[in-house]
Amino acid sequence: MAVAEVMAEVRKDVIFYDQSRGGATFSGGEPLMQPEFLLALLEACRAEDIRTAVDTTCYAAPQVIQRVAQAADLFLCDIKHMNPGRHQEYTGVDNNRILDNIAYLARADGQVIIRVPIIPGFNDDRANIEGTARFVQALKTVRRIDILPYNPGGLEKAIRLTGKVDLMQAQAPGDDTMNEIADVFRGHGFEVKIGG
Amino acid sequence: MMNERVAKLRRQSVEAKPSISSERAELMTAFYQGDAPLRESVPVCRAMAFKHLMEHKTICINDGEMIVGEKGTAPKATPTYPELCCHSMNDLEILNDREKTPFAAGDEVRRVYQEKIIPFWSGKTMREKIFRAMDEAWLNAYEAGMFTEFMEQRSPGHTVLDNKIYRKGMLDFKQDIQQSLDRLDFLNDSQALAKQEELKAMLICADAIIRFAERHAQKATELAERESNPQRKAELERIAEVCSHIPAHAPRDFWEALQYYWFVHLGVTTEMNPWDAFCPGRLDQHLYSFYKQGVEAGTLTRGQAQELLQCFWVKFNNQPAPPKVGVTAAESGTYTDFAQINNGGLKEDGADGVNEVTYLILDVIEEMRLVQPSSSIQVSKKNPDRFIKRAARIIRTGFGQPSIFNTDLIVQELIRMGKSVADARNGGSSGCVEVGAFGKEAYILTGYFNLPKVLELTLNNGVDPRTGKRIGLETGDPEQFGSFEQLFEAYRRQLNHLIDVKMRGNNIIERLYATYMPAPFLSILIDDCIARGQDYHDGGPRYNTNYIQGVGLGTITDALTAIKHHVFDRKTLSMRELLAALRANFEGHEPLRQTLWQRTPKYGNDDDYADDVMRAVFEAYFQAVDGRPNTKGGRYRINLLPTTVHVYFGSVIGATPDGRKAGLPLSEGISPVQGADRQGPTAVLKSASKMDHGRTGGTLLNMKFNPQVLKGEDGLDNLKDLIRSYFRLDGHHIQFNVVDAETLRKAQARPEEYQNLIVRVAGYSDYFVDLGKDLQNEIIARTEQKAF
Repeated sequence: MAVAEVMAEVRKDVIFYDQSRGGATFSGGEPLMQPEFLLALLEACRAEDIRTAVDTTCYAAPQVIQRVAQAADLFLCDIKHMNPGRHQEYTGVDNNRILDNIAYLARADGQVIIRVPIIPGFNDDRANIEGTARFVQALKTVRRIDILPYNPGGLEKAIRLTGKVDLMQAQAPGDDTMNEIADVFRGHGFEVKIGG
Repeated sequence: MMNERVAKLRRQSVEAKPSISSERAELMTAFYQGDAPLRESVPVCRAMAFKHLMEHKTICINDGEMIVGEKGTAPKATPTYPELCCHSMNDLEILNDREKTPFAAGDEVRRVYQEKIIPFWSGKTMREKIFRAMDEAWLNAYEAGMFTEFMEQRSPGHTVLDNKIYRKGMLDFKQDIQQSLDRLDFLNDSQALAKQEELKAMLICADAIIRFAERHAQKATELAERESNPQRKAELERIAEVCSHIPAHAPRDFWEALQYYWFVHLGVTTEMNPWDAFCPGRLDQHLYSFYKQGVEAGTLTRGQAQELLQCFWVKFNNQPAPPKVGVTAAESGTYTDFAQINNGGLKEDGADGVNEVTYLILDVIEEMRLVQPSSSIQVSKKNPDRFIKRAARIIRTGFGQPSIFNTDLIVQELIRMGKSVADARNGGSSGCVEVGAFGKEAYILTGYFNLPKVLELTLNNGVDPRTGKRIGLETGDPEQFGSFEQLFEAYRRQLNHLIDVKMRGNNIIERLYATYMPAPFLSILIDDCIARGQDYHDGGPRYNTNYIQGVGLGTITDALTAIKHHVFDRKTLSMRELLAALRANFEGHEPLRQTLWQRTPKYGNDDDYADDVMRAVFEAYFQAVDGRPNTKGGRYRINLLPTTVHVYFGSVIGATPDGRKAGLPLSEGISPVQGADRQGPTAVLKSASKMDHGRTGGTLLNMKFNPQVLKGEDGLDNLKDLIRSYFRLDGHHIQFNVVDAETLRKAQARPEEYQNLIVRVAGYSDYFVDLGKDLQNEIIARTEQKAF
């Protein structure tokens, strides 16, 4: 797909962006996997006064982050776990680079919203939530945290794709859990949305 | 808050079993067996018959009620209209026995029908007059399922009331009528006698409705005398007072305003059985001055006003839509009639019409959660967002109400059709989505028109492949069409021809009603029948519009698009091969069917390739219908809505080139084919807005959302923004089902556990378990939007 083709799709919804003060969100997969294409699209949007958001894991090279930081209006950044070991174990990568990138984005021009998927038994413990809150608080510029209830619906597909049957078996968190976690973040002064 | 009284009335209403009441039929028969029909003019005779009903029908005041009066002898006892169409013994048996939406027709009712009603009316009903008057082309097309005809079952009554009854009593109307009589010019006006008879008939009807109210006053007084509970005794005395004051005089307060409307409602729906039930229309506008005055004077609290409205709501729910005649066991019905209370919109001077009563009514809609009356919000750019969000909170509870209309566009539509600015702003939507100038217009829905069937005829050179009968024109062998334009031209010729067939029939039926079935009571209520001395059915109203409702826009678009794409543009499929596959219902052609279904541009995805075809179909339909004269000085207009007929229309069409198999339902309203829209809700709205809604009299767009999507304040904001965006694009109407397919499937499998599940069908809500299986499946198949 060429930039022009994507832009043709993006333009179709301009009336909705205008009404809702929204814009185009680039998501994935991981949009930072194709930085040149993403940058070209972000620039094309900016040229047409369309606001942009990048929905990313922030697992990318710092040079990529630095370039994209200037080009997009909003970043939706995932924090899955504060503990490097747990993060490595469940996602296959270390979280240092991710947290550094988030810190960079928070210092740069763009606006950042942190998104935390709530996965019972993995990251919903008080220590991790508190740790996440403290980390984001230290960034100073981030005001909002969205917490997303884990949806086990994708598990079957993941098993089919990976051939592994021993993948993480988690349930969807209940409304009570979500509200409790939201309250912890709110206690740290954040605006919190459940579901984002 | 629903107090004990309201909770009880609501429960009684919901639990009451619909039945056939033969009382009206008996009274009508007795009257017509007398000598009046031979002695009096038709309008006067009709008025006398109405008076006979009003003087003799059972007066019913239910325990705890504040607003009184029933159409039948008790809640959900449903009258019949044998002068329009007469139920057969077989009809009564099926209605009594059918699994879904039955009407109890007991031994006594059946005996009365067998001995008195059927022998008297046989051969004399409007239905029989109509079928006798239709030519062969009409009868063939009708039998083929090319179109339906509303007036073979019910009278042309599509109208809604304005504010006049809140300002004038029947005695005031009688003065107006007398003035018109005094002005008659027998020297120069050849119609003077006809006008005199019509006006005399109106006078009789005004007296009749006053008498009807007085009988309620008497009954209330009797009940009060026997009542031991002092609170109820006082209420009954108040009811007696209300019913002695209105409708003779203009209402003085909120209670009287509601009760006056209700008597008028009973009058109109007892006089005849008008389609798409009459309703008070802009109720928040009408009631606001009474509300304000009562609250300011300290004689009315918000709570009392709410309770009265709740009691008023119950009255609507007590009146099931009268059942059809000629029913078959397989056919499913609905109890829902189409009273649609409008909320919000604009005032006559163009200002924001949302007021305190608007929010009060929205509270009532949410708490009562009844399928009747239906409700809508009228949204202007001038209305506040909080108004839409209040309605969105109700919508996301998943009962399909209120539906949402674009007031600014409706005003444009009405002005385009010739209404004054004030009349347009006082108008609104009614029935499902149809627009009209409330209190001033007869806007008649004449029948549904099967747009995809026209293509089937075109692909068979005018012959209906189901029966082998020639229904349409010989537009040529489809294999000889060299371009899409040639095919489309043939489609257009077939369309024009079949619209002509339908209109010829309509014009005859219209004269039959004008001649045999005037509605003098309704004529009192619709301007300018009194001033003109002409009946509602005969050009008396200020505006007289006939609508023909196009059905299956999504299906016809996708079918034509598939031919354009594969046969003419890509040339990967020959017309011969396609026709063979259609004839075989795709048996042995599954790969082709998959290509047609999966690998073809489809309406509903914001894809101009398909959407341009939709616009071409829209334009052809518009050109075939719009602006042509009816017999009452008015014109034909189009609208696009299906009620439930997309199921029936689908059942009479074989496989279609969009990959749809024979007999399956068509797309409904202007919604995309079920499951064909795959780009999310914004793409659907973009596609739908590519037609020129402003040149219609209403379009119907259904959207189904997964409940998860509308959660939280964000969900409401998103829905509000979606609606605002669609209306900025000049969309006419949108409504939402907020329910997931899983729930619907469970309800289908275990109906006993889902008795209260209400869904949006087309322009109305209904209990899911009451729907026929085909319609249930169609709703399940609709695309479920899972994100914005």
